[in-house]
Amino acid sequence: MKRGILGIIPLLLFMAVAGYFALGLTRYDPDQLDAARLNQPVPDFTTPALKADRPGLASADLKGEPQLLNVFASWCVPCRAEHPLITRLAESGITVNGLNWKDDPVAARAWLAELGDPYTRIGADASGRAGIELGVYGVPETYVIDAGGVIRFRHAGPLQERHLRDEILPLLARLRAETASRP
Amino acid sequence: MIRSAATRLLPVLLLAAALLAWPSAHAVQPDEILDDPALESRARDLSAGLRCLVCQNQSIDDSNASLARDLRLIVRQRLLAGDDDAAVLRYVTDRYGDYVLLKPPVDSRTWLLWGAPAILVALGLLIMWTWLRPAAAGTEAAPQPLSAEERRRARRLLPGKGGADRTSPPHIAGGKENNP
Repeated sequence: MKRGILGIIPLLLFMAVAGYFALGLTRYDPDQLDAARLNQPVPDFTTPALKADRPGLASADLKGEPQLLNVFASWCVPCRAEHPLITRLAESGITVNGLNWKDDPVAARAWLAELGDPYTRIGADASGRAGIELGVYGVPETYVIDAGGVIRFRHAGPLQERHLRDEILPLLARLRAETASRP
Repeated sequence: MIRSAATRLLPVLLLAAALLAWPSAHAVQPDEILDDPALESRARDLSAGLRCLVCQNQSIDDSNASLARDLRLIVRQRLLAGDDDAAVLRYVTDRYGDYVLLKPPVDSRTWLLWGAPAILVALGLLIMWTWLRPAAAGTEAAPQPLSAEERRRARRLLPGKGGADRTSPPHIAGGKENNP
């Protein structure tokens, strides 16, 4: 009897390990790393303006109202893919800031001239150091920052309709309500 | 005329030795290397333990990605600024999380990972001990004496002894095959 119980231990162990692997293989997305800066204030950075007619971007600018920060580059194809969505967000009245990461300013300006420029402010982060402060590991990345300047959401990779519908727009609505209820 | 096996093998062996001795591919560029060899060697050690977030199974020391180069430069800047090794790693994990560490720290989320080998060995020993002990110590339960019915069946089956029912089924022992 004792042996009978002990005999199923290998089976139980196998099932536990297999279950663990199954979870790891299905739930973990290697393209969506944990954001170390999540729920922390935007780290200090200052970047010069990319365009003459548009202010640059510093962490101090990312305060006062819930807003978006979109990290993009002209060499990044997925950025081109998500650009219409970013434009639509900006047109709906949401403040969208741009951080032009590890890019050639001339190429970036040409890219914006071609596709349209939805950004309120655009920082030129040619060295990539401002992005590294944020924990950027690729482009595009999109951050939602609350009125207090705290990072509340980070999406790595091109935005799709469902990210707006399921995550970003509901979060922005919640953040606006939070801001409005504050004295 | 006929070359010896050693002579023929020599080029192959030399090639193999050369390939084995070749330093594994490092991505560190000459312009990144610090003048102070002690600091540079610390930078190399630290870089080897930091994951490149672009090509996630390479260290930044091995990766040619531009973000890996940036991080290598940051590691060296921090060292020049006088940071100790732990402070350099903290600088990077503050921005990218524990995931950048190729050797994850032991904490509440990873104790099972780190403890698993010891736990599995202990479990294996426990199972082995429980299974093997009775046989080794000879404490297997003493055989029960046969019941009257079993005794009758045994007598029927076994030839020679008792011989009461010699007419029944063929012999089990004593067949041709079993007699050399």
